[in-house]
Amino acid sequence: MSESTSETESESSVEAKGGGGPGWLEKLSDTDTIQYSGAYATSGVDNSVRLDNFCDDFKVEVIRLTEEEMEFDMIGIDPALANAFRRILISEVSTMAIERVLIANNTSVVQDEVLAHRLGLIPIQVDPRLFEFAGNNTPNEKNTIVFKLHVRCKQNGQRIAVKSNELKWSPNGSEFLLSSEDSKSAGSSSKPRTYTSFTCSQDSLSEFSNNAISVMENILIAKLGPGQEIELEAHAVKGIGKTHAKWSPVATAWYRMLPEVVLLEEVEDEAAEELKAKCPVGVFDIEDIGKGKKRATVARPRACTLCRECIRGGKQWEDRVSLRRLKNHFIFTIESTGSLPPEVLFTEAVKILEDKCERVIADLS
Amino acid sequence: MEHGSFSDHSKSTFSLTDEDHTMANAVRFSLNQDPRVTFSGYSIPHPSDNKVNIRIQTTGDPAADVLKDACQDLMRMCQHVRSTFDKAVADFKMSQPVKSMNID
Repeated sequence: MSESTSETESESSVEAKGGGGPGWLEKLSDTDTIQYSGAYATSGVDNSVRLDNFCDDFKVEVIRLTEEEMEFDMIGIDPALANAFRRILISEVSTMAIERVLIANNTSVVQDEVLAHRLGLIPIQVDPRLFEFAGNNTPNEKNTIVFKLHVRCKQNGQRIAVKSNELKWSPNGSEFLLSSEDSKSAGSSSKPRTYTSFTCSQDSLSEFSNNAISVMENILIAKLGPGQEIELEAHAVKGIGKTHAKWSPVATAWYRMLPEVVLLEEVEDEAAEELKAKCPVGVFDIEDIGKGKKRATVARPRACTLCRECIRGGKQWEDRVSLRRLKNHFIFTIESTGSLPPEVLFTEAVKILEDKCERVIADLS
Repeated sequence: MEHGSFSDHSKSTFSLTDEDHTMANAVRFSLNQDPRVTFSGYSIPHPSDNKVNIRIQTTGDPAADVLKDACQDLMRMCQHVRSTFDKAVADFKMSQPVKSMNID
C-alpha cells in the first residue's frame, strides 16, 4: 500500500484473534495500522478517522508526574502521531548546552578535548525559551551563557575531584581578552574586547535577577593530582538534539502499547496456580468460584512485559493465553534532564509539529 | 517544492527539505484519512540528504490542495492533543494532595 513502513521496528508479531473490531481488522503486527481510508469500503466498513471522531475519542490520563519524570496514557491516537511526538522530544526540542570551551590552563591528566566533551554533556538548568539561537551571530547576552571553572589542587595535598558544582555562572560574559587585544596598548580608552560582547549583565535581566543559572550538580568532570590545575571558560548556546545529543532535553522519551492479556478458555485449579506462578510480573490472579474450585483471572495486564513466559510449555498454553496489544493506547514516558519539566517538554514538542505543518502550508500557498 | 505535470494536477510529488520521518509519516497518516486520496506514501531518497519526497495521487482534486488540507487537519489534531494534555496535567496536579511548602 505504501512505501513508508521502513521505519517501524517490528518485534516478534503477536497475532491477534478477534478482539475489539472485526477479526480481519486486527491481523496486523505491532504498530502497523490500516493505511487507507477506503480500505474496507467494499465491505461496507468506514475506517477513516475524521477529525471530529478523533477529538471525541482522544483521551489523556496522567499516571505519574514529578519534576523530572512523567508517565501518561494517550488513548485514541495513531502510532504515526505518537511516534512524531517521541522523535521531536528526543531530537528537536531545544536546550542550552556547552558548545565552546576556552581553556586557559589544563595540567590535569584529562586531555583538553575530552574535558570539553565532558563539559558539553552536563545538563544546564535554564529555560531555553529565554534564549535565541546564536547561528553565526556574535555571542551576546541573549544567546550565550558563560561559565568559568578554576580549580587547583594543592602542591602537597590530597587528590581532589572536580565536580560540576565548580562551574560558576558569569553573568557579565567572558573575561578572557581576545588575542588581538593583548598586543594593543594597555591605556586604550575603550573597553577591552573579550570572546563575548554582552551589552548588559545577564543578572540585570528580570528573568535571572533572583534566579541564578546553574548546572546539574555532582557530576564528576575530572580528578586533579597535587599541583594540577584547570582554568577554563565554557560558553553554552542553544541547540537541538539532531545536531548533537548533548542538546537533547530528555534522558529518554518512549512509549509502549497497552498489553491486553486474554484467557481464551477457563484456566482452573492446578493450571491456574501454574499460570500464576509462571508470570514473573504477577499479571494473573486467582479467584475462588465456590465448591473449592479456583479460576485464573487477568488482574494486572498493564504490568505485562510481553515476555511470553506464560505461553511457554507446550501448545496447550498457547491455546489458553493470548497476548495482544491495544493499538491506539500508548503508555508514554518522558524523563527530562532538568532544563524544563516533562509536561512542558511535551507541549513544546506538539507545538513544534504544529510549526512544521504551518511551514508546509506556507510553502504551498 | 512540487513535482507534477502541467495538465494533471491530481498526481504530484512534493519534496520537503529539512524534514524526516517525523513530519512525513505524520502527514502520510493524515493524507490517508482523506477519502479523496487514492495513494500516498513517502520516501527518503538518501539518508544523508535532509529531504523527503511525498507522493500523492487523488481522485481528481489538485494534490497540492489535498496536502494543504492534510497539514491543516494534522495541525488541528495537534492543537487538540495539546489542550487535552494540558487539561489532564492540570487535573492531575489538582488531584494530588498539597505538598508541605518550605517556608523560610
